[in-house]
Parts: sequence; C-alpha cells; structure tokens
Amino acid sequence: MPWDRNQMAARAAEELKDGTYVNLGIGIPTLVSNYIPEGVDVTLQSENGMLGMGPFPTEEDIDADLINAGKQTITELDRTSYFNSADSFAMIRGGHIALSILGAMEVSEEGDLANWMIPGKLVKGMGGAMDLVAGVKRVVILMDHANKAGESKLLKSCSLPLTGKKVVNRIITSLGVFDVVDGGLKVVEIAPDVTMDEIKAKTEATLVD
Amino acid sequence: MAKKTYADASQALEGLLFDGMTIAAGGFGLCGIPENLITAIRDSGVKDLTVYSNNAGVDDFGLGVLLQTKQVKKMVSSYVGENAEFMRQYLSGELELEFNPQGTLAERMRAGGAGIPGFYTKTGVGTLVAEGKETKEFDGVTYVLERGIVVDLAIVKAWKGDAHGNLVYRKTARNFNPLVATCGKTTVAEVEELVEVGQLEPDNIHTPSVYVQRLIKGDHEKRIEQRTTRVA
Repeated sequence: MPWDRNQMAARAAEELKDGTYVNLGIGIPTLVSNYIPEGVDVTLQSENGMLGMGPFPTEEDIDADLINAGKQTITELDRTSYFNSADSFAMIRGGHIALSILGAMEVSEEGDLANWMIPGKLVKGMGGAMDLVAGVKRVVILMDHANKAGESKLLKSCSLPLTGKKVVNRIITSLGVFDVVDGGLKVVEIAPDVTMDEIKAKTEATLVD
Repeated sequence: MAKKTYADASQALEGLLFDGMTIAAGGFGLCGIPENLITAIRDSGVKDLTVYSNNAGVDDFGLGVLLQTKQVKKMVSSYVGENAEFMRQYLSGELELEFNPQGTLAERMRAGGAGIPGFYTKTGVGTLVAEGKETKEFDGVTYVLERGIVVDLAIVKAWKGDAHGNLVYRKTARNFNPLVATCGKTTVAEVEELVEVGQLEPDNIHTPSVYVQRLIKGDHEKRIEQRTTRVA
C-alpha cells in the first residue's frame, strides 16, 4: 500500500531535527506539524511574520490578526515572536531556517522544482516558495508520486515554469523517499508493500543506485 | 504639531489620488489590510492604478473591490490564488500582472523606502522572475538585481497610532505594513485605536511617525479568510 497523505506527513516529520527552525508549506506539508516526534522540539516559522506557530485555536480564541501563511487562523506559543515581512524573508534568505517542507507539481532529477503556475490555466503565484528554496539550508518536497492523469511527477526535466533550479534535496512521495544525487534520484526508502519494480514503472526520472 | 489626523478615509486621501498612479498596500491575505482607505479609493473612481500588494484580496473584499470596478491596470503581487475575478481578468488580458517572490516584494519596498535603488538576491535565479534582469556572481553564486520601489501613495493599517503618526501593529497583522509605510511619497495610515500622544511606549513603536503623513481612525470588519479551529 502506498502511503496516504497522513502517512506521508508522518514520514516527513522524521526529517525534523531537535532544536531547529522549520518552515512548512501550504497543503500536505501543513499536516507534518501533527506528527512531530516525541522529544523533538522544533520552532515553526510562518513567512507572514511569525516564529513559534501554535495549533489551530478553539472557537473562542479565534483572532483575525493571527493567521499562518495559508491564511488559516492559528495560535501563539510562549516562545512566539512577530516581525515584518522583510525580516521574515531575511531569516529565510539569510540561511537561518534549517528546513523547508514544500508541495510540488513537478521535480526534476537534478532537483529543479516547479510548484507555482501552469501557463494559461492556473495563475496563483509563487508566494514565498522561491525565497524559501533559494535560502533555507535543506528543501524536502512532499507530494503524490503521480499527477491526476497518473503521470510521474518525478521527471527528467520540469515542463512547468520553475520555482528554483537545483534546489531540492529530498522528495517524499506516496511510494517512497528519494534523494537528489549526482546522476539522478536515489531511492532511500520504499513505502510498505510497494516494490522497486512499481517505483521504476511509475518514475520518469533516472533512478540511480 | 503638524496636523496629521483626518475625520475619515476620503478626507485623508483628498488631493493625493490621480489616474495612472502607483499605490502600495499593506496586508497579508485579508489580515492587516487598510479596508477603509481601499473603500475610499474605490469611491473616488481613480483609475489605471498600478498596485503593489502581496495579495489581491478576495472578490468582494480588500483590493478585490478595486478589481471589480476595473480601477486597477496592473498588480504586482506574490500570490493571487484567492481571487477568481482577478484570475478571470488576467487570463482574458484585461489586467497586467507582475509576480514578485514574496521576500523580493518585501525587500523591494524596504529598499525603496531606505533610499536603496536596487539589490542582489538569489531568489528567482534560473526562473521566469529573473528573465531580462541583470545577474552577477558573488563568491561563485549567481544573484539577480531587483529594484527598490517608491510609490505615489502608500496605505497601511495599524492597531494603534497617535496624532504624530507613530504606529503599532498587532500579531501577524504587521506583515507588509511597516515596509509599505516607508516606500510611499505620501503614506496614509488607518488605525483601530487613535491613542493620546504619549500613550505608546517609545521602545515598542514599529513605524516611527516620520513615515506617516496622514492618519484616520477606522472601523474594521477584519474578515477571516480560513476559519480553522480545534476542539477544546
């Protein structure tokens, strides 16, 4: 069985290192905060201007002035600080954030990432994703292995406009975990009951040993 | 003390608006947006605007109201995914759009306000964003030159302000507002609470008064885009 979204998020949570500052993207990456391992203390950055993001509020605690980068209402913690958007991206661009976990439309075997637009169709924008991939120390992508048409999202080269070139370190999909290495993608973990043959059949990118 | 306070948003904008002007607006999503000033700009009928703002509001709130009335010629934003009318106008060619990475947009405002005409950043190198722009290598890494922004009018929303124009923001409603406040030839602020001079703690002022030329006390709907909760 391939991993479902929650299992993917739980696997991604294993990437979190104790004592680090981490930025989680919108979508499946947001779920990662539900699976932070026991004994691992991470501080979540929200690029709209907050370090130390807490869980969703109870109905009584909803505050219109307190949202995350996905525009969801959230809460603060005793460690929380607030700052403006330029300071927020100074942290990101300046390499002070250890890890970003982001969603993607396409990833290439060289670590190119496309996740912000489909020309003529979907025009949403990159938000903070281009700054994150350019600035944080490590970039992990969390996405389904195939798109809705069943085609591999791990490609030899991206067809969509890029978010960043050679920026991805690791990809966690529904089928397994892949590292970007010289010459292609290296399979570092396979989801339960998924075979290497299945991965080979469903992956366009070059797989290396 | 020069008089900076005005009775309402329309009066605060008197003499500042003209067709074809550039405007920068604070806010992230619908959080910390200058709602009253946006409404007054709509009511003025000023058109052919170029608007610098991280987002474009939703169809019927925030900067979305200026799109409904077709007063905006061009938007410069990082993310416009919540606005269907925006998407429609853009895809049909009625509206120009320049995407800036969020950190680049923030830094462009900061730089413009600080008298810095351009800066180099790694963000966007090798993507559409860097096309046609000068690049330069520093220590073996390629950076792209981005320009500072100075606009005709900056509009911001703060939590508290005093008659001098000192401003304090609240929680994540701060976002782009302090940067926007610095990059306007004229900056107009709207606050939830106009407090007595001397009531704001000098150590805790986010936007010092020099950046603010006019201000009003507004009433704020503070609409929430994504109401997410947990069970207590």
